[in-house]
Amino acid sequence: MVGLRFDLRDTPPEAPALRAELRAFLAEAGRHWSPRVRAYSWMAFDRDFSREVGKRGWIGMTWPAAYGGGERSFLERYVTLEEMLAVGAPVGAHWIGDRQSGPLILRLGTEEQRREFIPRIVSGELAFAIGLSEPDSGSDLASLRTRAEKVPGGYRLNGRKVWTTNAHRCDFAITLLRTSPAPDPKLKHQGLTQLLVDLRASGIEIRPILDLAGEEGFNEITFDNVFVPDSLLIGVEGKGWEQATSELAFERSGPERYLSSLPLLTAAMDSLHDEPAAPEAVGRMLARANTLRQMSLSVAGMLQDGEAPAREAALIKDVGNDFEQALPDRIRALYAGPMPDDVAEMQTTMNMVARSYSLRGGTREILRGIIARQLGLR
Amino acid sequence: MSEMRDILLEQVERLLADQSGPETLRQVEAGVWPAALWAEVEALGLPLAMASEEAGGVALGWDDAVAVWVALGRAGAPVPLAESMAAAAFAPAAGFLALAQPDGTAMWGRAAAQVLAGDGALHAAGFTPGKAQPSNEPWDRATLPGGEATLLAGALVNSAKMAGGLEAVLTLSVDYANVRKQFGKPIGQFQAVSQQLSQAAGEVAAAGVAVANAGRAVARRGLGGAEFEIGAAKVITGEATALVAAVAHQVHAAIGFTQDYHLHFTTRRLWAWRDAFGNERFWAQRIGRAALARGGANAWPDLAAREDG
Ligand SMILES: Cc1cc2nc3c(=O)[nH]c(=O)nc-3n(C[C@H](O)[C@H](O)[C@H](O)COP(=O)(O)OP(=O)(O)OC[C@H]3O[C@@H](n4cnc5c(N)ncnc54)[C@H](O)[C@@H]3O)c2cc1C
Repeated sequence: MVGLRFDLRDTPPEAPALRAELRAFLAEAGRHWSPRVRAYSWMAFDRDFSREVGKRGWIGMTWPAAYGGGERSFLERYVTLEEMLAVGAPVGAHWIGDRQSGPLILRLGTEEQRREFIPRIVSGELAFAIGLSEPDSGSDLASLRTRAEKVPGGYRLNGRKVWTTNAHRCDFAITLLRTSPAPDPKLKHQGLTQLLVDLRASGIEIRPILDLAGEEGFNEITFDNVFVPDSLLIGVEGKGWEQATSELAFERSGPERYLSSLPLLTAAMDSLHDEPAAPEAVGRMLARANTLRQMSLSVAGMLQDGEAPAREAALIKDVGNDFEQALPDRIRALYAGPMPDDVAEMQTTMNMVARSYSLRGGTREILRGIIARQLGLR
Repeated sequence: MSEMRDILLEQVERLLADQSGPETLRQVEAGVWPAALWAEVEALGLPLAMASEEAGGVALGWDDAVAVWVALGRAGAPVPLAESMAAAAFAPAAGFLALAQPDGTAMWGRAAAQVLAGDGALHAAGFTPGKAQPSNEPWDRATLPGGEATLLAGALVNSAKMAGGLEAVLTLSVDYANVRKQFGKPIGQFQAVSQQLSQAAGEVAAAGVAVANAGRAVARRGLGGAEFEIGAAKVITGEATALVAAVAHQVHAAIGFTQDYHLHFTTRRLWAWRDAFGNERFWAQRIGRAALARGGANAWPDLAAREDG
């Protein structure tokens, strides 16, 4: 369809055995996860859990063995991700490192950086945050102003990042900063640079921000003359925009863009047997979940083949976000009386958290702008 | 993707490009059997393609057949080739084979050599015109043995045609948004327009994947083993139709509300096909009832296991 391809993929031959292993582990690990924790899923931060995941080889599954990676396929990794999300596992402490920061360092980092960071991401020890948004730069990210000024041996940072998920619990943030002023507003994509920032460095202040559901989910980070050594420059100075946007196929294509609320559907089903409207509603949701899963697998297959399906990723994120965002309300609409306590706890939290689905990682409107360009609307 | 599929697809697409268009569709709606086009598809051996070689076919698989049906749908399916192919997959026979719904209605029943009925067997039947359809395609009625033997195949045929029709509607709308100018620029440059088309594109892509997935499931597990995927395809194509047709007509505005401009040939067909062989509600209920009976704890494992080897 109009230049967008979604060829069907099979799950890998290893899938059944891998799923069995994952499910046994998750059933045990998940005995005490509250419905609220499951409602946050990949924004929920649990370092002990991530270390256990790392121990079993489920972080950095596709990365080279030289750095501790598993050298397994993207599709095996896909199976691992979807099994975790389907039960609402609190994967936030390793999610960003596994999805974005690790691949970025492997692709563009120096040998020293790879040796320094990758093995510790793999073990679940190092947690990463994404430092893109600023108070005045959201969708228009390239307008960002936080400065990284070149000084002997490194950079000096001044400015602010905001909405940085879990930054107060993380070790490092991959940040996008301005190393030279844009020559003019039309060329704002120039002069941007990616730096790895140690979140415990002196001059950094991290102020947690309460989200609407009452969690300290994200933060405001203030940089006051923070020194970052040259050794933490990622890739090439001034190429930050190209580098950061090339991560987007990874950031947007995963199963977390449609599965965030699935645990609520499965949790609710057993209390809906006597509800006459339930079969149709559940059937529609499962039909969509299955279709989105095939689309998502298709994109994972393209990543496996070394392609960068950024536009397909934007499309699946948009369709997936609509589904996962509407789900809590659709579940609520099936109960005439009160929901069972655990369903109610998850539904109430998720209904609030779901507002973020079509914001984080690029808003609905921005994604639809990307799709429109792909359609050839000029 | 098989080589056979590529060959057939190319033949069908060429034929439709050369010999079909709004005029053919208008004739169909006037009740004129597209004899010339049918003669061409028969000359190519297409109706029997899914039959075994002994029965005169090439044993075309369901997944490959689905790709051909999507192509037919893109052109408004001027001949009931998809229906005839599916019927011949059950019971190969010469001539046009109609495919009856459980209630005994069949598109182009009056022109059929025989009809595959709900009992899974071919019958010669006398058809009379059935209820009016938004597409004005002749859905005829006969007294036939009941049963659900054709239900899954018919739902797959119609969702495949819809996936194609949806693509065609989107393409038409994007093209129109690029050429129609108001306020000094193409309307596609207004975000209020382009964002709707982007959302529609998401639904079109989902419909295509749902249908391809259903075809693959049938090729692997037979119709009975693919009830979930076929039902899902009918649900998703039906839901997509609601949004995509609405967006297409909004973007086209008054010109799309006319008989002269050809958007309506496809949108009216989509509205008819989504009701054929079970609408979204029918299939969602089936899927949902089965899943509720299996319980919440099995819902994800069942979904995930569907294509695991
Ligand atoms: C829970 C959560 C977690 C997040 N985590 C992180 C994180 O870890 N790191 C990080 O860097 N950021 C993070 N973000 C920030 C997120 O990336 C931004 O919220 C997003 O990019 C939008 O920016 P904004 O909030 O400033 O909204 P704005 O850009 O101000 O947008 C406001 C509204 O205007 C619309 N709009 C803006 N521009 C256009 C346009 N050109 N056309 C049409 N409509 C437009 C938007 O779609 C939106 O509806 C997070 C956000 C949330 C909610």
